[in-house]
Amino acid sequence: MNIFKKTILTVLASLFIIGNVSAEKIKIGTEGAYPPWNSKDASGNLIGFEVELAQELCTIMKYECTIVEQDWDGMIPALVMRKFDAIMAGMSITAERQKTITFSQGYADEVASLAVMKGSSLEGIETPEGINLSLGGSDVKKALKTLTGALAGKTVCTQTGTIHQNFLESGDVGSVNVRTYKTQDEVNLDLTSGRCDVALAAAVAFTDYADKSGKPVVLVGPTFSGGAFGNGVGVGIRQASDSAIGKRDAKILKDFNKAINKARKQGIISKLAIKHFGFDASM
Amino acid sequence: MDFDLMITSFPKLLGATAVTLKLLSASLFFGLLIGLLFAILRLNKKIFINKFAYGYSYIFRGTPLLVQIFIIYFGLGQIEYLRTTFLWVILKEPYWCAIIAFTLNTGAYTSEILRSAFQTIKPGIIEAGKSLGISNKIIFYKIQIPIAIRQSLPAYGNEIILMMKGTSLASTVTLMDLTGVAKYIISTTFKPIEVFIVAGGIYLFMTFIIHNVIKYLEKKYSFQ
Repeated sequence: MNIFKKTILTVLASLFIIGNVSAEKIKIGTEGAYPPWNSKDASGNLIGFEVELAQELCTIMKYECTIVEQDWDGMIPALVMRKFDAIMAGMSITAERQKTITFSQGYADEVASLAVMKGSSLEGIETPEGINLSLGGSDVKKALKTLTGALAGKTVCTQTGTIHQNFLESGDVGSVNVRTYKTQDEVNLDLTSGRCDVALAAAVAFTDYADKSGKPVVLVGPTFSGGAFGNGVGVGIRQASDSAIGKRDAKILKDFNKAINKARKQGIISKLAIKHFGFDASM
Repeated sequence: MDFDLMITSFPKLLGATAVTLKLLSASLFFGLLIGLLFAILRLNKKIFINKFAYGYSYIFRGTPLLVQIFIIYFGLGQIEYLRTTFLWVILKEPYWCAIIAFTLNTGAYTSEILRSAFQTIKPGIIEAGKSLGISNKIIFYKIQIPIAIRQSLPAYGNEIILMMKGTSLASTVTLMDLTGVAKYIISTTFKPIEVFIVAGGIYLFMTFIIHNVIKYLEKKYSFQ
């Protein structure tokens, strides 16, 4: 009888404990309009590299995650206002954003590029294949000078609030006529319509669009990295504070960093990157 | 609350208000002409003309302004043939696309406002004019139109205010109007509350001015 009682008590106790150690529940915000990083399928479900990576990281962290959609231009304010707890939206780690939020270590990086419609006068510009703005040097200077000349008087289109807009307004390529859009889809539409002479975004955003739409969009000029283009894409998280809720944010950041390490070692990030980008964009 | 940001963003937003006012005045001007034309067409006895005018106002009052802007800006931009015609010179510019959309939209509402104003004119007034031997043309221009304008002032004042707020949609087609610049400032500061409060204040002030001008006109042209 005694043993029977004990067994029941133990089982009940263990149930109670398991019940209490329920997984942390978090919401992850993504844009759903920046393929192949994140996008939506025909029936409106979120898909893409970051959606799958988020699921993998959550499994590693033993978190219960819900992925929610948020327009790009309200992404950081929505995080700060606690509409969700983390951003995974192809958001590069930049000093400007770090004034407001914090980032995990980078999980992927990918270069930016200019794109034009086939037949554009910009197609022939001679520049190195890629330039890293953080490295500087005479090659970079020369390439920027060539671009300044080529972009003068052209309408350059890009998405609002991106590293690409920051670069175009930094003065590195002179004072160009920048036109900004709410989504990359709209940039693509106006590039094909001819309202934009040239557009700037992640190189894959254009190649992905060219593949899917069959439109003759071609990359021109060098690929860009470093400087205004930030230090890779990481998980955006609220800055920690001393309050209980602030401590939770700090824990989420720590867990994401650990999970990214683990996913990197197991080759999960590389595998997903190759699947979605066609090359290994992991970092 | 970041009051410094509110103060520093105020002059930038005020500068953008000029774009908003330009969009508003251009579309109200063209919209009034179109509205008057279609109000007259609505009063026409020929069924085809009447239905055509009704169809126009039905379509533009029955669909959201945002959808109309998107169709004119992104939709027409996708038609390859159109891009080879002279129309593309106008449609290529977001500014003109916005004005076309706003004009067609406000024109539809204005035509309804004016039509109902014409219809409320008592037949006795027109008959009085006729009995004095005044020609139909003069009755229309000197009697019907002034009375219709007076009748439609309260409703048209509302339409001006609605259109003023509607111009904020210009920011969706890359224009840097008041809302566009507000969004731009937010994209670098990530502080929507402060910036939108200032922008909202400017919109409210414009409403205040429009409201009072209309009130003054109503009083000035009242029949009493």
